[in-house]
Order: sequence, then C-alpha cells, then structure tokens
Amino acid sequence: MPDLPSPTTAAVDRRRFLGFVLGGATLVAAADLGLFETRASAQVPTLPQPAELYDLNDMLTDATRPTANLVTVAINKDGTASFALPRAEVGQGITTSTAMLIAEELALPVDKVHVTLAKARPELVWNQLTGGSNTTISTYTPIRVAAAVAMGALLDAAAIQLGDTVANLVAKGGVISAPDGSSVTYGELATLAASSTTRSVDVVLKDAADFAVIGKSHNRVDALAAVTGRKTFTTDLQVAGALPTMVCRAPTLNGSPTKILNRATVLAMPGVTDVVMIDTGIAVRARTFGQCIDAVRTLRAEWTPGSVGRDSDADIVAELKAAQLPIPALPTNPLAETIEQDLLFYFRSNSPLDTGSAVADVRSDRAEIWAGLKSPITAQEEIATALGLTPDAVTVHVVQAGGSFGRRLFFDAALEAAKISQKLGKPVKLMWHRADDARVGRAHPMALNRIRATVSGGEVVAFQQQHTSVETDYRHGLGELITDMAANLPTGNQGFAQTIFALTQEIPYNFGVVDQSVIETDERFNTGSMRNIYSPDVRTAAELMVDRLARKLGKDPYHFRKELLRNDRTRAVLDKVASVGSWGRAMPAGTAQGIAIHKEYKGTSACLVEIDCRPATVNRDIPHAVTGPRVTKVVYAIDAGLVVNPRGIEAQMQGGINDGIALALTSSLHLRDGYFLEASWDNYFYTRQWNTPPKVNVIVMPSDSGQPGGAGEAGVAATFAAVACAYARATGKTPTYFPINHHELSFTPKPTVPPIPQSPTNGLKLTY
Amino acid sequence: MPKQTFILNGKTVTVNVADNVRLLWVIRDLLGVTGPKYGCGINVCKACTSHINGRAFNPCAVRVGDIENTDHVTTIEGLPKTVGRELHPMQRAWLNRDVPQCGYCQPGQIMAAVALVKKVRREGRSITEADLDHIRNICRCGTYTRIREAILEGAQHM
Repeated sequence: MPDLPSPTTAAVDRRRFLGFVLGGATLVAAADLGLFETRASAQVPTLPQPAELYDLNDMLTDATRPTANLVTVAINKDGTASFALPRAEVGQGITTSTAMLIAEELALPVDKVHVTLAKARPELVWNQLTGGSNTTISTYTPIRVAAAVAMGALLDAAAIQLGDTVANLVAKGGVISAPDGSSVTYGELATLAASSTTRSVDVVLKDAADFAVIGKSHNRVDALAAVTGRKTFTTDLQVAGALPTMVCRAPTLNGSPTKILNRATVLAMPGVTDVVMIDTGIAVRARTFGQCIDAVRTLRAEWTPGSVGRDSDADIVAELKAAQLPIPALPTNPLAETIEQDLLFYFRSNSPLDTGSAVADVRSDRAEIWAGLKSPITAQEEIATALGLTPDAVTVHVVQAGGSFGRRLFFDAALEAAKISQKLGKPVKLMWHRADDARVGRAHPMALNRIRATVSGGEVVAFQQQHTSVETDYRHGLGELITDMAANLPTGNQGFAQTIFALTQEIPYNFGVVDQSVIETDERFNTGSMRNIYSPDVRTAAELMVDRLARKLGKDPYHFRKELLRNDRTRAVLDKVASVGSWGRAMPAGTAQGIAIHKEYKGTSACLVEIDCRPATVNRDIPHAVTGPRVTKVVYAIDAGLVVNPRGIEAQMQGGINDGIALALTSSLHLRDGYFLEASWDNYFYTRQWNTPPKVNVIVMPSDSGQPGGAGEAGVAATFAAVACAYARATGKTPTYFPINHHELSFTPKPTVPPIPQSPTNGLKLTY
Repeated sequence: MPKQTFILNGKTVTVNVADNVRLLWVIRDLLGVTGPKYGCGINVCKACTSHINGRAFNPCAVRVGDIENTDHVTTIEGLPKTVGRELHPMQRAWLNRDVPQCGYCQPGQIMAAVALVKKVRREGRSITEADLDHIRNICRCGTYTRIREAILEGAQHM
C-alpha cells in the first residue's frame, strides 16, 4: 500500500508554488498572476443558491487563471523592493495591504516596499480590473509567490557570499546574517542575486502560523503623503503644456452640441486659449480652471435633445412598474398567508470627491493618458479606437484617485480628454465640474424591489424577491470576461446583469422556497456599479421583510434571524453585534435599534444600529444642512476571512457605514424634466459630520478561513438594512421608498444654462 | 494684467493674473501648490480649506484681487512651519489614527481642524460633540469617525 502523504506534507504542498527569477542586472522575481490556491469549496447547504456555491469573486478569480502573465517584485540597490500593482488604489488601501504581503515573504519592513500602480498592460487581459472587492482575493497568492522567489534568490546569493548554507541563514529587516555574525544587506545582494537568464524555481510560502506582518494592523503607506498634501492626484500632475480644460454641457442629460453661438466672444476671454466642440459638449482650455469656469458659463450653444427626453422620476417609476413580471405562483396552500412589500430606491450618485479628470497628450502617431482608472485595458482600447490609433500607441498611466465607489470603472473623462487633445493638437488637463459629476456622471440606477413571503403554520415557507431596475451599465469590459468564463451564458449587458445578480445575491435564511431574480430595463441613463452594486437595495428590502415576518410570527428580530440563519459564520457575527450592542435594551419612544446581516465577498457581516427619530433630533439646528433622523450608534462585526490588515478593514467598514446611512436617509438624485436636479454637495446629501454616528464600533472577527475576503464594499448593505429596520421600528412605519427624504426637495435647483455655478466671492467674510 | 502679491506659506509671491480669478486657481494652477483640493468650487465641500492670517477660509470663494500684499496664506504645505516642526501636531494625530482613505479631502480636513481648535480656545473652551457635528468638510470615503478622534487627540498636543 502506497504511503499516504502526512498532514504536514499536504499542508506544505498547499503552500508550494512555481515562480521565476527573471534575467537582468538586478534581482527581479516573478509569479504568474493567474496563480491561486485551490478555490475554497463551499460547504454544500440544503437548497443552495448560486452565490453560495460559486460567487462573483470565484468568477473574477477564475477569469484570471488562463492569462498566465507575470507580476514582478524587484530588489533595488538601496535594499528596497518595488512592485507595480495591476489594480487601482482609490482609497481602499490595497497599496498598503500589497506592501504588507511582500514585506511578509521578504522579511522587510513595510516601509521598504514601494508599491506603484501599473500602467495599462493589455497582456493581462482581464487581470487588471479593480472591482467586486476582488483585489486581495485574487492577488494574495501570486504576489506572495513573487516575493518568496525573491527571498529565495537573496538567500542563495547570501549563502555564497557568507560561505554558509541557506538553512543556517536568517533574514530580518533587509539583512541576511550567518551564525558567525557575518551579514550582507539586500541592497548588496540586489546585483549578486541577479540572474543572467530567466529560470523557474519552486518556492514554499510562509506558514500562516509564522506570519509577522499579515494579520497585524498597519497604517496606510500613503498616509504621510496624504496629510502633508504631497499625495498626487490626476489634477495635481504637472504635464508640460497640459492647461486646465473643462466642458460646457447640455441642459438635458446627454444632449450633444450642434452649434457654438459665441465662439469668438469666449475665445477673447482672459486666459482662454481654445474652444472646441466634441460629442459630449464644448471644451474650453485656459490658463486656470477659474477662467475655464467663466468661459463655460459664457458659452452659448445649440444642443440635441437629451437621452431621456423630458422624463422625471415619476415616469421612470411607471416604467419600472410596467417592467415588473408576475412572481412565480406557488402550489396552492389554503392555510398559507402571503405578505407583499414593494420598495422603491431612487437614483444615487457615486460622487467621489475627486471629480472625473484626466491628462491627455495626443500626437499624430501616439497618445499618453493619465487618470484614475479601474479598467485601464478597456480604456486603452476604446481611447485608441476613438483616436484612430492602435492600442500599443496609447500609453495609459493609472493615477491614484480620490475615491471611486465604482465610478472609475468607467473612463468617461479620459476618453473626453483624449478627444479634446486630439482635436486641439495640444495637451490638456481635463477636470469635470462638480455639477457635471452630479448631473451627467454615473449613477446607481433607480430600482423597484418586490418581495412576496409566504407564512404557514408559524413558519416562513417561501420568500420570493424580484428586483426591477433601470439598467446597470457593465460595458467597461467585464462583458468579455463573462463570454470567456461562461460560454453558455447569454452575452450582452442583460446577460451580465443576470449573472452578477445571481452570483452576488442570496437569502441566507431557512425560508423554504427561496427565489431571487432581476429584471433590467431602460439603457438611457449613465449608470454603473456603485459600491456593493445590487446588495444595498436587495438586502435592505429583504431584511425589512425579515423584520415584518418576525413581527407577524411574534418573534424578536434578532432571535428570529439567529434561528433561521443557514450559516454559522453569519450567526457568529450576528451574535457578536447583539451582545456588544446590547440588543433589546430599553429605549425611549421615537428611538430604536435595528439589526441586519449581509453575506458576500467570501465574508459575512452583521450590523446593529440605534436611531433617534424624535423631533428635537430630526429638526436639530445645523445651518444649511439636511439633518433628519440621527443614527446615534453603530456596532458592526465582519468576518472577512483571512485579514491582511485589520486596521484597513476597520476603515473600510467605517466608510461603508456612512454610505449605508446616506442611502437610507439622505442621498439621492432627483430626475426632473430630463435632467438630474442635483449639482453639488449642497444638493446631494452624502453623510456629513452632523449625520455620522457619534459612536461607531467595528469588530473584525477572528476567522479560521485561510482565504482572504473582500472588504471595500462589505460595509454598505448591512448598515443600510439595519438603519432601515431601526427607522421602521422607531417610527412604526415601514418606508416605501429610499432615501426617506426623497419626496421633500431640500434645495433650490441650480440652473442648467449656464450648466455650472459661478464660484462665490465672499470667502473672506466666512473665516473662522 | 494686474500683479497680485501675497505671502504664501511664508514666502512672498507675485503673479500676473486678473483680479477676479479665485485664489484657489492662482495657488494650484499658477503657483503649483496643490495641497488645497477642488471638490465643488462653491465653498460647500471645503476640500480647499486653507488659512488666511491664521483663520480658516476657502480660496475657491475669494478673488485674488481681494488679497492684500501683507496677507499670509497658509496651505497644508505650510502648516508644519507655523509651529516650527516637521509635522503639525494635528498631522501627527491624523497619522496616529490612520485617518486618510483616498486622502483627497484630508488637507482641508486638517486645516479646518487646526482652525477649529484655535477658535474654541479663543472662546475659552474645549471642543464639544456639537463642534464636531458642525464641521462642514465632506469626506466621501466616510472617515468621519477617525476624523473626530484625531481632532480630539491633536487638540491635546496643540
């Protein structure tokens, strides 16, 4: 009988990978970015939904497998390591977590690892997309393999230098020492460890039990740059000749210019160098952005009608109602009782603070683009097509961006900048005005969510949820991924929407017959995947219904959830927030607790909130502010699997909490007469200090999962749901639409002609 | 074209530009000092918060022609020098609390925080929850919790 591998050998085998030492003057180690540890096979529960067995992250991860392309860790002569990450850092902390992974395998301090963002690398095909909270899930292994290869090469070179064997050497803090006290630095070894030819090597990754960096909180690697103003965003770049440029846009959504009526007047304005028409508006280039604003406000033009005619919110609501399909009938049960719920979710804006911007320098035979881009390969291809160049003639640099929330999956500003630069034959630094971002930027589509739950004999026997939404635009390149990954799936945006929905949504309760579906309609809007895509709306609707079912069956919302959850990890986070948040404590009338769960991104989370809906709080006096109910406390527990940087996860949950509160209480776009009314932060009410909870407690749960989960979007859905449930309990009314303040317009809309507001001049009267 | 002169981060600067151009663009586009950020251009988001003669203000809402030759304009880049250190205590508190996410709003947040601490001191009191609730600077990443913690910590060392 053959020997069975011992458990120890098997454990080591799971950490054994093939990497490469590349030929070159200094040490460059590489790993295939398609490397993954065996995909965690989900436990097979009863009646699993698709997302439980194979979720969006499995799909994103599997899509990268065949690409067989390398990421490289280089050792520099100064003893530091360098790595160009093929992802976009937009605030989610992946440059920090990546530096930590490399530092771990290389036994280097984190600050000796320099992580930059790789420019568009078309050979990576689908492996340069930042989305789905997938970065750490998909790069965890290959980055560590590349670093481990470098470590091995350094040790081999050190053994020769120090006249000892590798097994006797100790690497620490960038120095390799022998037992006799002699030592050599990584900097000294950078050249000595270099290989004249490329060779493959076998490496074993560090055992998790020996981790010294992974799992320990680390501050962001770019924090010093951020707090000193040295962190460089796209509009901070100084590219020769790239003068400030802005675009004058149509008075209705997506209108196109047909004629400039006062070109000469605008050209004669101070600072203005150029005025040129493109498909999306009229671009002006000037010495300062202030002069661009003046010029945009002066421009007069004729426009085609917009893509949504004169439609308003009510028209879209009617359209969604018309698109709803009958919920599949269940076998007749005379004892069953059904509860129905319809919830409407209005348009919302991704609205990163750093508006759409790009630097473009387009010449006759080549182009160079700088922008914050989450799909740089698609951007490169589409820009090349628009310019009539081949993709290899277009260099696309990925710049760190001031937030994204899904916005930078699209490259609208980069494409516009390229077109303007080509028409002018001059470099431009294009910046969208805040009003542009709010009115024609990407939005989370309006959606109508219907649930029909069936109760019989004190049990929930069916839970049917149908999500009918204005189309979510996924045309940033993931469509190809689907085509490649699942040839049998329908192609096109509709098919993609179906797939994303199916791979992200689940009802993790024992509710008998569970059925979730999505219907998408209306392609006319500029939409996209906003942080957490469908989940905030779908989960909120579901959790509100869970509360209603609990009430119907005379159960406490927490205990009802706990009894019916099908997942132990979710039950653990639920128990955690209930205990830490003192679930069920006595609270004054007009205030209440709410509790909700969410399971996605290889992790699971629970949120407990307390809300104050009493008039004194709702009407609290903050000048020029939308106040309303105040979330006074949030306790959030997340099991994110193997955690690289707990402090980073905590930060992402804190941010997600504020997003969830905004979605529930204050932030939406109003469509009226063919355009969105919102044009700035005094119209679009993202959570502010007067809305944010004074008490926030994020608990990152210990996890025995060996696999990292996603963090960037995991804080939104459970918070939105918990706030909604708390609001319903505090007021005794389940809302029928979100955000709850959408039907009161809390501002005077800014004009559409001119399309952007003038800057005020009274700033010196407002000092403090 | 008028000559505009003022003191930026301790150094006298002169720029040829029309009076009505807002100071933010003079600082960013003409002088290349990019710590103050654009987030709205109408004095709502407060991402450009800087100091004039030690008080917080928003250069997106001030005409450069309204700035006097003797006015001291301080951006995040010049903040450490106002205390003669490599970093201002508020910046250290920000690092200690690991406040930034994308970092875009943080120069403005820090400049607002320093001014707030000074303002309540002038009023002979310390920072309250209500003071924190009234801060107008937007952080779209939602770092508000850590901002609140960092302000209280930074105030202790100012």
